[in-house]
Amino acid sequence: MEQQASSCVGVAEADEKLMKVQSAISQFKMIKGALIPVLHEIQDIYGYLPEPVLQIVSAELNLPMSEIYGVASFYHFFSLTPKGENVVHLCLGTACYIKGAQGILDRLSTELKVPVQGTTEDNKFTLEATRCLGACGLAPVMTIGEKVHGRLAPNNIPVILKEYK
Amino acid sequence: MKLLTDLEAIRTLTQARLDNRRITGESPDSISFRSVMVCGGTGCTSSDSNQIIAKLNQEIAGHGIQRQVEVVRTGCFGLCELGPVVIVYPEGIFYSRVEVQDIPKLVETHLLQGKPYEKKIYEKTKQDGEILNFEETEFYKKQVRIALHNCGVIDPENIDEYIGSDGYQALDKVLKTMSRQEVIDTMKQSGLRGRGGGGFNTGLKWEFAAKQDKEQKYVICNADEGDPGAFMDRSILEGNPHSVIEAMAIAGYAIGSNQGFIYVRAEYPIAVQRFMKALEQAREYELLGDNILGTGFSFNIDVRLGAGAFVCGEETALIHSIEGHRGMPTPKPPFPAVQGLWGQPTIINNVETLANVAQIILKGAPWYASIGTEKSKGTKVFALGGKVVNTGLVEVPMGITLREVIFEIGGGIPGGKKFKAVQTGGPSGGCLTEEHLDCTIDFDTLTSLGSMMGSGGMIIMDEDTCMVDVARFYLDFTRDESCGKCTPCRIGTKRLLELLDKITEGKGSLDDLEKLENLSVQIKNASLCALGQTAPNPVLSTIKYFREEYLAHIEGHKCPAGVCKSLISYEIDPDLCRGCSLCAKKCPTDAISGELKEPFVIDTAVCIKCGVCFDVCKFEAVAIV
Ligand SMILES: Cc1cc2nc3c(=O)[nH]c(=O)nc-3n(C[C@H](O)[C@H](O)[C@H](O)COP(=O)(O)O)c2cc1C
Ligand code: SF4
Ligand code: SF4
Ligand code: FES
Ligand code: FES
Repeated sequence: MEQQASSCVGVAEADEKLMKVQSAISQFKMIKGALIPVLHEIQDIYGYLPEPVLQIVSAELNLPMSEIYGVASFYHFFSLTPKGENVVHLCLGTACYIKGAQGILDRLSTELKVPVQGTTEDNKFTLEATRCLGACGLAPVMTIGEKVHGRLAPNNIPVILKEYK
Repeated sequence: MKLLTDLEAIRTLTQARLDNRRITGESPDSISFRSVMVCGGTGCTSSDSNQIIAKLNQEIAGHGIQRQVEVVRTGCFGLCELGPVVIVYPEGIFYSRVEVQDIPKLVETHLLQGKPYEKKIYEKTKQDGEILNFEETEFYKKQVRIALHNCGVIDPENIDEYIGSDGYQALDKVLKTMSRQEVIDTMKQSGLRGRGGGGFNTGLKWEFAAKQDKEQKYVICNADEGDPGAFMDRSILEGNPHSVIEAMAIAGYAIGSNQGFIYVRAEYPIAVQRFMKALEQAREYELLGDNILGTGFSFNIDVRLGAGAFVCGEETALIHSIEGHRGMPTPKPPFPAVQGLWGQPTIINNVETLANVAQIILKGAPWYASIGTEKSKGTKVFALGGKVVNTGLVEVPMGITLREVIFEIGGGIPGGKKFKAVQTGGPSGGCLTEEHLDCTIDFDTLTSLGSMMGSGGMIIMDEDTCMVDVARFYLDFTRDESCGKCTPCRIGTKRLLELLDKITEGKGSLDDLEKLENLSVQIKNASLCALGQTAPNPVLSTIKYFREEYLAHIEGHKCPAGVCKSLISYEIDPDLCRGCSLCAKKCPTDAISGELKEPFVIDTAVCIKCGVCFDVCKFEAVAIV
């Protein structure tokens, strides 16, 4: 019974997401160069670019899948695989690097037991290295979800990660 | 809806309010109104400046002094490292690292009793028992703020405040009193050169596009800011978004375009959101759209989000990206000014470049040209980062020396360390040394020294920075970011990186050093776009100025700065070790063993050189050797 209810919710959620995708597509369909804005919306909705959704985009925008993949794989911001609940973006921009971002990255990797680009087994975290988050004054910097953590030292890492566990 | 007369009325009304936000030197007991400016830039927002604003408003309401105080959320003040930053006018008191729990006391002491709240006053504004206003500190004294002039002064989300600070007056002037050619001539005479890296004369670029006899033309604002370690464009969009909108409209008028695009990084959510809000307000006031200010001129701006590819900052690649394709560069000519977006004449300007435009129109080309050097006019915004005391955003007149920026404004190197190098120009630039500190900063001097102005990242390095590792870092970046279209760039950067890896691992030979140099020259000559053409610069400049350091890695198998992992190891000094066992507890690989209260030892065969023991040891007993 309970299971059924939850799967109903799941379906409703999925429908809602698809509706958002549809509305994004119709919003951008008329403009030239619609593909990238549409991919942004999809990534916003799902956290990555699921293949079935890209199929819809292909049909609606009249673009071959090969072109969509070509674009999606070119840009670092787009991901074709799902990510963990919390995406940790550690900045490896110059200002952060000079202030020891590599040490922070190593520590994150040890604490989470995943390499860069990896997702933890419990699906809680995905660890990513990124280029300049534009908060260089606080170097070294990382974001977890929307939250920015600055002035990091390796020892802060376990404490910060705990907040998200 | 809002028209010319309305604009004047808003200006007069708001101007009076903005007038409160300056340092007057009034004695504290005669002050009847205060402005509390809270930084809402990315740095400070990340350290909870929004909660600080909420608490301020709550406390102020609690004391019933809403009429004597205004609280304003502004853009970045520049000293982000000290954030969250709060400045109180008219005294100009600078509070740093303010926390929510400080607010009740701050309100009570400063806003009620008129006494500065000592506990959070920025240390450097205290001098001989007196408290200086922030403009008198070393950090601000030498700055000349043109592109950043409204950042930290107005509420970026309130178009009235921009108008009150003479906003949209330049657009009004241009549309009503100047011909297109006059606008272009003004820009040319000002000597403004593009701040996005190339340094091309802005007026000339506009003139090329203006001369094209085409129905449809485009204006693009390049807000991709791919340079790692630079955040001036972001800060301008966050702190003064209307200045960019106004300039794009002026550019549109000058070249005969009715459509603009801003290409902004998706990684900059606050900037994107503020810019969108500003667009909405400008449309509502009919300062964008059809028949602007009743002059018959129409102009619109659309936003396009970048998707994290550095090469998309290159103008032809950016155009392809807006068109919906992979952002790969194409050869020039044809230049975008002739054949750009969808084949139409297009000008692309950087955010900081545009932020200067309205000021130039209002104050005149001679005013702008009087600042700076013979061939580099005006000011440049730098993002000071790395091993420098005052990390942050500074705007200085061209022609200032590196020493002034690093040691006077930047406050020198922290922790009593020695200055080693300064890197300008990001991945396209190079490293300069002690002997260049008295060189002036302008486009041509930096280029002649083998570095570059670039977009304005300025990274300071101290004795703990390994220059070979820095070169490796940049090559890793450019290799990763190469679009892959041309072989010299795609494969060349990979080979360069491999050679550098080899050297940092202590496996390099003198032969490799020579290979590095030869390959660098070939990549520079044979690549299509400036990414490949400049990628070897960090290698060449570090070899040129820090050759001994390469030799130390190659011949001595040592990393003098103690950075390159393969060439260092961790050791516990038995004389300093108190046997507290903290390191052993924290070591992820159980490489440390020992008895409590006895010196501990590291098994180098098991150690992965993570440095945790070094960080945790309270007695500095762990050493890098
Ligand atoms: C690889 C590469 C990346 C670039 N990235 C940027 C950038 O992020 N922002 C920018 O304004 N210009 C960037 N440029 C320079 C632009 O191509 C272009 O010259 C500039 O936007 C023109 O504006 P300006 O004349 O106002 O400087 C880049 C150039 C190259 C070759
Ligand atoms: S030089 Fe590099 S980045 Fe530029 S077009 Fe060639 S491969 Fe692409
Ligand atoms: S460097 Fe890391 S692995 Fe090596 S001994 Fe220290 S804590 Fe253990
Ligand atoms: S270099 Fe890390 S935030 Fe800019
Ligand atoms: S973000 Fe607050 S001072 Fe820069």
